[in-house]
Amino acid sequence: MNVLLDHLPEFRDGFIGTVLLTAASALLAMVLGLVMAGFRVSPVPPLRFFGTAWVTLFRNTPLTLLFLVAWFVVPAVFGTGMSPWTKALLALGFYTSAFVCEAVRSGVSTVPLGQAEAARSLGMTFFQTLRLIVLPQATRTVVPPLSSIFIALTKNSAIAGAFSVTELFGVQKLLSDKGFAIAPIFLWVALAYLVITFTISGLFRLLERRLEVAR
Amino acid sequence: MSGVSVTKAADDAAPAADDLVVLSNVNKHFGALHVLQDIDLTIARGEVVVVIGPSGSGKSTLCRTINRLETIDSGAIAIDGKPLPQEGKELARLRADVGMVFQSFNLFAHKTVLENVTLGQIKVRKADKAAAEKKGRELLDRVGVGSQADKYPAQLSGGQQQRVAIARALAMDPKVMLFDEPTSALDPEMINEVLEAMQQLARDGMTMVVVTHEMGFARSAANRVVFMADGKIVEQATPDQFFSNPRSDRAKDFLSKILHH
Ligand SMILES: Nc1ncnc2c1ncn2[C@@H]1O[C@H](COP(=O)(O)OP(=O)(O)O)[C@@H](O)[C@H]1O
Ligand SMILES: [Mg+2]
Repeated sequence: MNVLLDHLPEFRDGFIGTVLLTAASALLAMVLGLVMAGFRVSPVPPLRFFGTAWVTLFRNTPLTLLFLVAWFVVPAVFGTGMSPWTKALLALGFYTSAFVCEAVRSGVSTVPLGQAEAARSLGMTFFQTLRLIVLPQATRTVVPPLSSIFIALTKNSAIAGAFSVTELFGVQKLLSDKGFAIAPIFLWVALAYLVITFTISGLFRLLERRLEVAR
Repeated sequence: MSGVSVTKAADDAAPAADDLVVLSNVNKHFGALHVLQDIDLTIARGEVVVVIGPSGSGKSTLCRTINRLETIDSGAIAIDGKPLPQEGKELARLRADVGMVFQSFNLFAHKTVLENVTLGQIKVRKADKAAAEKKGRELLDRVGVGSQADKYPAQLSGGQQQRVAIARALAMDPKVMLFDEPTSALDPEMINEVLEAMQQLARDGMTMVVVTHEMGFARSAANRVVFMADGKIVEQATPDQFFSNPRSDRAKDFLSKILHH
């Protein structure tokens, strides 16, 4: 009868799968993106080079190609122990980290140079300067683009479904393969994505308002 | 010029023989521009040196090479007998011993005044928070901004911000303090409060390198005036000698401009 009610467990598993995969990839992308942004503004040329290479590589490669690499190249090089979920996490996390890095870097460039010079003059190391002085002041300009980046990540996680990771988009394939009418399935899947992306933009709007109040 | 008229303390006596900052044969280029040309400059412990000269002559760059905010192309800089190390932990440690006060204050905008003067103590000197705050408040009192401790820099006047910046540098117990035109960004009525804090510091025996055109300060607090033009040190003399009887034409020309503007 109703595709949603009859297949609630499938939808639920798919929904949870997407939320978890998105959250984990977002976390990985955040950490990697911050590190790479640190590399890109560091005074050490090899680190700067590595950061730039990282961004160039992952920002300019189609995500589907990264998935293919994770599925067929990574096992050949590092062995076959990795679960599909982990491989999807790596592809999504690495890809998104390039965008996070650039958002952070452009935020960093809005902080006056004198702030970092004052910090270094006090004897702070490069990383202390970044962590204690520059990044906190960059936050306000970094947060809005991050919202779009994580919404894009949510939708990009659908590619994992095509690689047999349990997530929302895969539910659609599962059910339509069983012969259910495709339109209502799509509708429910789309709604579920909306729930996630609306939550993300809501959370970020809250965060932005917080940052505005906190001068 | 401002009317600071504090007389020199007993520091007319020859400064102690040990050299705190030594620049030898320092050269620096910005592209084709030779901003520092064969600079030799020795600053003794407890000495107050005023650096003066036309805009673009390399005064700021000279100041900034001393704590290696600018690197040099050739020559050597030593502080308290130690050559400036390469970028890294060791350089950070050395920078903590060299206080720097900027023309544009550069207080940490997202930190309160008190946090500005405790952050370095806690994160660099590894002092505990209570001790750092006690010392921070004492220093803020000393420069006359103790009552502003819980405000943010943007809520303070320029003169107050610059005094906080001096307290922030002092909190690290520096061996030498560098001032790069500390009063140039200030409204005239705020210049004196900053100069007075600096006078006090000079009387307390701090070693200071001060880029400034405040002749009142130079006359009353400096042991020596260094005149720079076009990347070179053209002339060095006591303030009295320099201002009443400059030897070089460049200095005469410069002084006539700043005295009769
Ligand atoms: N980061 C820089 N890059 C290129 N040129 C610079 C830089 N900083 C200063 N200069 C140039 O070097 C010269 C000396 O500058 P500066 O040391 O600031 O002089 P002063 O402080 O005596 O006015 C000026 O001509 C200035 O334009
Ligand atoms: Mg200057």
